[in-house]
Amino acid sequence: MANKRIDEPTGIETVGHEWDGIEELNNPLPRWWVWTTYMTIIFSIGYMIVYPALPMLKSGTEGLWGWSSRGQLAEEMKAGAALRKEASDAIAATPLEALIKDEKLMPLAIAGGAAAFKQNCVQCHGSGAAGSEGYPNLKDEDWLWGGTITDIHTTLEHGIRASDYPQTRTSLMPSFGKDGILTPAQVSDTTAYVLSLSGKHPNDAAAQRGAASFAANCVACHGADGKGLRQFGAPNLTDAVWLYGGTPDKVSASIHKAHAGVMPGWSKKLDAVTIKMLAAYVYSLGGGEESAAAPTTPASGTGNAKP
Amino acid sequence: MPTVRWSQRLPNKGDRKMTTETKEPWGRHKKIERNVALLGVLAFGVVTIGGIVEIAPLFWIDNTIEKVEGMRPYTPLEQAGRDIYIREGCYVCHSQMIRPFRDEVERYGHYSLAAESMYDHPFQWGSKRTGPDLARVGLKYSDEWHVQHLKNPQSVVPESVMPQYAFLAEKDLKVGNPGARLTALYRVGVPYTATDIKMAEADLKSQADPMADNADLQKRYPKSQVRDFDGQPDRLTEMDALVAYLQVLGTMVDVNAPAAQEALKQERGR
Repeated sequence: MANKRIDEPTGIETVGHEWDGIEELNNPLPRWWVWTTYMTIIFSIGYMIVYPALPMLKSGTEGLWGWSSRGQLAEEMKAGAALRKEASDAIAATPLEALIKDEKLMPLAIAGGAAAFKQNCVQCHGSGAAGSEGYPNLKDEDWLWGGTITDIHTTLEHGIRASDYPQTRTSLMPSFGKDGILTPAQVSDTTAYVLSLSGKHPNDAAAQRGAASFAANCVACHGADGKGLRQFGAPNLTDAVWLYGGTPDKVSASIHKAHAGVMPGWSKKLDAVTIKMLAAYVYSLGGGEESAAAPTTPASGTGNAKP
Repeated sequence: MPTVRWSQRLPNKGDRKMTTETKEPWGRHKKIERNVALLGVLAFGVVTIGGIVEIAPLFWIDNTIEKVEGMRPYTPLEQAGRDIYIREGCYVCHSQMIRPFRDEVERYGHYSLAAESMYDHPFQWGSKRTGPDLARVGLKYSDEWHVQHLKNPQSVVPESVMPQYAFLAEKDLKVGNPGARLTALYRVGVPYTATDIKMAEADLKSQADPMADNADLQKRYPKSQVRDFDGQPDRLTEMDALVAYLQVLGTMVDVNAPAAQEALKQERGR
């Protein structure tokens, strides 16, 4: 406007503003900057043509390249599956017993199983697979339903007391106190006897009385020596591992009202290779048993006492 | 000074020749710059146009919300659980939105569809995950697990930083007027029927009572889960409501069904 003038030392016109004697030269924008701006505008036009962009009357434009976030996901999933294909196929083709001896495949199966374990199993069995009250520890040698890789695989496929799996592992301990099979006094005596099996209670008169109830009611599943029977998932009562707590209160509560814990089956949710890899991972955690040595009753429970 | 050197190279370029006599192209702009009220009005106009261009088409284009089978409004008990979910601020740490990325899909399941939150007022997509996404947590774990986990998260997930919500199991569920709650949602577009609203109070109680006759409830709310959720069959607690809500998340639409997958394939441009 009125105050525009040529700045003498530089020979450049001012923009015409003046604040307390300070004026501004009307320099042009740097050319590289101007051209970059033009290029982004041209790029954005191209972008709108090849990618989904403009809303129309019925739907948005789809873009010449047909890109969609869902299509990209499908491609990524396909690429991921292709990466794993070789290992997956090899694991699928290898029988369980051979898999644990295969030095090349077993580490792959364990790695895959560890990933699947983090997604599907840690919520109950814990991130370290050490379990918690009501949820078994998978790292020790104390197995309810068997610790060979075949046993573990069967448990994973069909679950335990999983109502939607016909071949699920199942057994039902009676609620001796709640259902009136034993009187409260008998429950208390049986508790004393059960605890005496692992040396947590003296073999006193109460325990002697409990021995009779135990013989009449418990030996069918837990065995005459209390070491459990795996075909019923009956735990070993002579060791220091207690799924539902080993204090007198908790053992008594378990006899009064049985727990019948549930593990879901996985064969309807996970693919066969993932289940196989999970079995390999759980097997590798420390308690895996050799198939040939798989006993129907666990070996002596004295060696695996844990705090 | 670089400015000086730059300008010295261009003292006589064509575009430098503008003098006080040439027509001032920015004259009117100066008027705007010097008038705050006018600047405000015009800025508002520009923002409005931008907003309309971005938002308005969502109201008419077909693929904003794709149609999928199975969506139904929440039952009064689930809705009460949802209100507790919001009251306790669960959304601060948990999202309910599985994005179409490989890592999310492999961990949480099929990506979320817009339709799956069409009856959420307000939606619970969240913006931050301290805990995992819950969009498909329904029926992933047992009720017992949820109760134990809400009472003491560290008992099942030792490394968890989630606070304990044991009091939920001790507090009886109190919903002032379940019918009015449903009416309010009806007014913002959730298709509750007159029967739903009339029966809201009864529905609220009977869904957590396995002894009640729930045939009608399950007819009006397909696939609703009817059972005692909190392990205390004789009480209706806030735990019942929250677990009922968690167990329904992501279970209404069978996204992996062939029909749903076929429908998703038709969707273009997203």
